[in-house]
Amino acid sequence: MAEKIGVYVCHCGSNIAGVVDVAGVAKWAEETWPNVRVARDYRFMCSSLGQEMIEKDIKELGLTRVVVAACSPHLHETTFRNACQRAGLNPYLFEMVSIREQVSWVTKDKAVATEKAKALIAGGVRRVVYHQPLEPLYVDINPNVLIVGGGIAGIQAALEIADQGSHVYLVEREPSIGGHMAQFDKTFPTLDCAACILTPKMFTAGTHPNITLLTWSEVEKVDGFVGNFTVQIRQKARKVNTEKCTGCGVCEEKCPKKVVDTVFEAGMGTRKAIYTPFPQAVPKYPVIDVENCIYYQRGTCKACEKLCPTGAIDFYQKDERLTVQVGNVILATGYELFDARRIPHYGYGRLANVITNLEFERLSNTAGPTGGKIVLRDGVTVPQTVGIIHCVGSRDIKYNLDCSAICCMQSLKFAHLVKEKTGAKVYNFYIDIRTPGKTYDEFYRRILDEGVHFIRGKVAEVTDAPRYPGEEGKLIIQVEDTLAGRQLRVPVDLVVLSAAMQPRVDAKEVAKKFGISCSANGWFIERHPKLDPVATMTEGIFIAGVCQGPKDIPASVSQGAAAAARVLGLIGRKQVTLEPVRARVDQAKCSGCRICNSLCPFNAITFIEDRAVSDINPALCQGCGTCVAACPAGAITGAHFTTQQIMAQIEGILWDVRNRHGVQEELQAVAAS
Amino acid sequence: MTDPFEPVIVGFTCNWCSYRAADLAGMARTKYAPNVRLIRLMCSGRVDPQFIFKAFAEGADGVLITGCHPGDCHYVEQNYKTLRRFTLLKKTLAALGIEGARLKLVWASAAEGNILAEEIDKMVTEIKALGPLNWKTDGRPTTGDGEIPSTVHRPPSVSPEVAA
Repeated sequence: MAEKIGVYVCHCGSNIAGVVDVAGVAKWAEETWPNVRVARDYRFMCSSLGQEMIEKDIKELGLTRVVVAACSPHLHETTFRNACQRAGLNPYLFEMVSIREQVSWVTKDKAVATEKAKALIAGGVRRVVYHQPLEPLYVDINPNVLIVGGGIAGIQAALEIADQGSHVYLVEREPSIGGHMAQFDKTFPTLDCAACILTPKMFTAGTHPNITLLTWSEVEKVDGFVGNFTVQIRQKARKVNTEKCTGCGVCEEKCPKKVVDTVFEAGMGTRKAIYTPFPQAVPKYPVIDVENCIYYQRGTCKACEKLCPTGAIDFYQKDERLTVQVGNVILATGYELFDARRIPHYGYGRLANVITNLEFERLSNTAGPTGGKIVLRDGVTVPQTVGIIHCVGSRDIKYNLDCSAICCMQSLKFAHLVKEKTGAKVYNFYIDIRTPGKTYDEFYRRILDEGVHFIRGKVAEVTDAPRYPGEEGKLIIQVEDTLAGRQLRVPVDLVVLSAAMQPRVDAKEVAKKFGISCSANGWFIERHPKLDPVATMTEGIFIAGVCQGPKDIPASVSQGAAAAARVLGLIGRKQVTLEPVRARVDQAKCSGCRICNSLCPFNAITFIEDRAVSDINPALCQGCGTCVAACPAGAITGAHFTTQQIMAQIEGILWDVRNRHGVQEELQAVAAS
Repeated sequence: MTDPFEPVIVGFTCNWCSYRAADLAGMARTKYAPNVRLIRLMCSGRVDPQFIFKAFAEGADGVLITGCHPGDCHYVEQNYKTLRRFTLLKKTLAALGIEGARLKLVWASAAEGNILAEEIDKMVTEIKALGPLNWKTDGRPTTGDGEIPSTVHRPPSVSPEVAA
């Protein structure tokens, strides 16, 4: 039976039609390919009218195959598959040809673009003939969810999911959840204290019956696919038995060893060798820092063990590995602060009173090392003038191209806090002020009214070498005021660098572990930058918060909730449909050579010893097709990417050069029959 | 010369990285040579050596294989298998008298639309310099003055009525 193919060429407004002669292409398709029953062009094929047109043709003309030439299949393949299905045609008897991303948007010459579009459509027309009706695979969804990262985005997602009734494993690398937000002092633009709004959420997450907190833990391995992931987690030894510990804090109080806290206090304060990072930590159990604990260094001390009222200290505790089964994963792994040492002329690490934004947060925080007093490194001197430098390591071709999104508002907040607490003169050095957000620009206006100075220009240097009277003992900020068009030297006592947000150093490694990818800047890539910002290209893996790109707290919270909603949607469906793109072994053809056996990274191929043939488990097969290409007997078929389909597509896309090489007659013979 | 040589190149992409790189090049309106016609596979590991011979036999002047960067494969490590096959294929093609530049492997992540476009432009320039792949109509290649043994046959054509 000859197939009846419908070819639909989309204008996409002028996106395609502006470059490709769409009407000409449709006419060509109908005239050139005898099995093309109808070819039409339409302004927006994806519109309901466009889809209805296809559906009508399937029903009225009895189409058995459909080819749509429009945008990338990653955008609208599902749309048109659904249209086919509604009209009673198996959705896999459809083929999509990208003539927008691959032709009209990338080709200058209109005639050449039209020819390329024809060739790609010819490929589709030839391929679709060999398509086979397929049924999607259905798999059950495990309602448990893994969330990696216990910052505000991860906490929000965990609470949303746990409240709905599904179980959450919340994995956090540090001893406590809370993330960067727990370190902050006030939050812009409302200036409410970060701890006041965060700690209740942390507490709820810590006590929620549906949340298993796995702090001081890391994900080691992930196997499986949407609905059925098996995750191995390493719980690092706390050296404290959490079943006995009451969190009374005696151990921390009596520990004789003080250590500079480079994580939570950003190097501004100290902690003990046995510690909880901060008083409101969740969970409340401390951790022994074995690298600094006197017992691990010298074999004596054990002060904590002696004084612990419940006998919870366990110096011999080992790392534990646990395996959990989950259906979905949310990654909320946050960011790293740009290392300001990389810009040596700003003097960070060399000039004592040049500090980073995170250090300022700790300095200004009432629970921080100075009790919230903004003072210089000597711990007593109150600064008289403070310079705040924006965009340190961001919007800079040498370091990070992206805007860190929060620096402007954060620097404005710093200016306000300095004014409020010290009355010092404050200078903000900015490239552009970016305050898009609800009531953000009002906050900027307020700071302007408070008398903070704004100098537009990228700071050239921060130095302690005086050149003019009045500069002695000061840090001098050398900058070109680009609005006034002159060079300035501004002497200040304290310099705050608004360092950029950067992807985690191990973001790539994490991405690989979960089968997702990173953008050129290193952030996790979302499925669609506008329409699907929290999903990834890997089913069942979602992203939320800054790991997807720089953003502030409200946006992180929104993404956490959004990712939770996506996961709950999947859990609610109980089953997920998977693409039937799977490989299958024709056991009658299999010679049992076992070449394919070692090619599958998912262990989907097993060798059946007694029959001496290989077999593929469709639930484990991910459909890459590597075994199909390798089978010397041609015994493996990759559904929807069969050798016959690809061969036909090759013939199709080369239809015009086959003529060039003098095989026109052959083509005509094929066409005629 | 009236008709300058415009090579036709068949490109194979994986669904996850390089096809998306092509999508991105489109979204960014990056203009590149129109000579490459892409075929989407799920993974570069699906590239069967037969596909390459088929493409050359059907009149392509070059074949481009693209995939995720090593270590970034959506299917963990299948692009390494592509790399192995590619190396072997190069040798086989050389034995058939087909110049090395006619088969190219490019790694392009979903974020590297510009790199894919640049590599396509480069390949087109290289193949223009080589000129058309000289196949006789019976599918037997002649390169230079040496005839290739007649044991090399054109792969059989798949035609609609065979399947129907």
